[in-house]
Amino acid sequence: MGIRSFKDKLFDSLNYTVITIFALVCLFPFLYVAAFSVTSYTEYLQHPLKLIPYKLEFGAYKQIFEMPVLWTGYRNTIIITVAGVALNIFLMLITAYPLSKPDLKGRNVILLMITFTMFFNGGLIPNFYLIRSLDLYNTLWSLILPGALGAYNLILMKSFIQNIPSSLEESAQIDGANEVTILAKIIIPLSKPAIATFVIFHAVTQWNTFFNAIIYTSKRDLWPLMLIVRDLVVDGGGVARDVMDAANSGVTEFTIKMAIIIFSTLPILLIFPFMQKYFMKGMLIGSIKG
Amino acid sequence: MAKNLRSALRYVDKKKYLYIMLIPGVLYFLIFNYVPMYGVLIAFKDFNFNKGILGSAWIGFENFRYMFGLSDFYTVFWNSLILSFLKLLFGFPFPILLAIFLNEMRSRTYQRFTQTLIYLPHFISWVIIGGILVNFLSPTWGVLNIFLGQLGIDPIFFLADESYFRPIVVLSSIWKDSGWESIIYLAAIASVNTELYEAASMDGAGRLRRIWHITLPGIKSTIIVLLILRLGHIMNNGFEQIFVLQNQMNLGVSEVFETYAYRVGILGGRFSFGTTVGLFTSVIGLIFLLASNRVAKWMKEDGIW
Repeated sequence: MGIRSFKDKLFDSLNYTVITIFALVCLFPFLYVAAFSVTSYTEYLQHPLKLIPYKLEFGAYKQIFEMPVLWTGYRNTIIITVAGVALNIFLMLITAYPLSKPDLKGRNVILLMITFTMFFNGGLIPNFYLIRSLDLYNTLWSLILPGALGAYNLILMKSFIQNIPSSLEESAQIDGANEVTILAKIIIPLSKPAIATFVIFHAVTQWNTFFNAIIYTSKRDLWPLMLIVRDLVVDGGGVARDVMDAANSGVTEFTIKMAIIIFSTLPILLIFPFMQKYFMKGMLIGSIKG
Repeated sequence: MAKNLRSALRYVDKKKYLYIMLIPGVLYFLIFNYVPMYGVLIAFKDFNFNKGILGSAWIGFENFRYMFGLSDFYTVFWNSLILSFLKLLFGFPFPILLAIFLNEMRSRTYQRFTQTLIYLPHFISWVIIGGILVNFLSPTWGVLNIFLGQLGIDPIFFLADESYFRPIVVLSSIWKDSGWESIIYLAAIASVNTELYEAASMDGAGRLRRIWHITLPGIKSTIIVLLILRLGHIMNNGFEQIFVLQNQMNLGVSEVFETYAYRVGILGGRFSFGTTVGLFTSVIGLIFLLASNRVAKWMKEDGIW
């Protein structure tokens, strides 16, 4: 490289500054919400930028732990996340594996049929009508089944399996193993990094379920967490009024809202630092062309 | 014939496990993707829930004629288009720049650290982001208004003011997703031949020149593919973001096709008309996708297929 020129150094310092600022801007709101969920409202009004409170106040959390709606929301979200991820991975593997065989007859027709779904969909009402017709309306299945298998991720998975050296499979075939055994004993163990990536991505999607829940559920005891959060934190009407009014014990609405945001995002914030290595993996799966 | 059939059957029998494995997935796509596609017929019917799609009477393009006659439709159309165009104009280049400058960082550890932070918002639901925004911008306790108050400015109810809605949507979507979108460009940059950079530095090209003459041309096809896909969504703004930021006061600029279809179709129970609105946006999207792909091909670029 030799001696770095002044221009080079200037470029670096500007670059580091700008990227650092953007990274902080991405993190700041979450720190902020976390900080003011444990600060008293009076202190917040006096020092709205002070991220380290003089005195930690957990009153808001005590309040929200006594809100039954939040717990039903949590329960529903955990159910649709666990069931949704299990179904997603299962369907993706058993569909991607046969499609990874380039010489399987009929494969191209099926691939075309799957790819087409990326570019055209029936839209809101036909999907709603389907869910009504299948009698899934107002069931948790309506939050598990739609989206359980997506064309884009399926094709990525297919490409990943296709890139596994076929010699491994062939030797198993000579030993008389059928395709089900090969999938279970060879393909799945070798696909672990890809599977882990899809598990994380689908779990986050399921955790954040909102749109489907708005359309497919009207009973409050089926609502996933995000619908409850919208009612309590964004909307501030209806259910929120009752719950907030019931919770009048010196903790203000603002602090309670901050606490709800943290409480309902906690699983994602907690696993996030461990997700880093899967971003890279996800990126590599994405860069393989099918 | 019989012989062909027999050999076909023998082939299927040999591969039976593979075909059996395909059944659930194929059924899934048929039921959850193709049945709703067939459901777009609702747009051309006087749809009655009890009669079903087949039993309802045909009305041809009556719904479309009705839709094009509504003044609401043009408001929604322009709202969707303007918002989507602003997102494209400001939001599309941002991840590209981000990827280029992330790639120029010398310290890989620090690069990885900052990357992790900028991916974070992507994994958080719009409901949460909306909740944060609503509270930050609140006239009662929002931090922004507390500052304005200290400067002697009266509180502004940002989300109830139509003139702030579009900037809020565009900025928040850049904030939420451009970090994540930069990943694909980073992958593309990683596959650019490093010898080109070395040759360029030998020739004395500075960093900016290398970015302009090597990095950008190296990722041009990725940029074009993503631009084409983006244009296919020109009528979509993402239901969740708009919906959580929408309220009665900003409805004049915040009503877009997704929220409109929800309002008339689900809330209003007008299934036929709701389907018409949805079908209209899908078709426009498809036309934009095909047209932009054609333009890309015409310009001797790769395109999406």
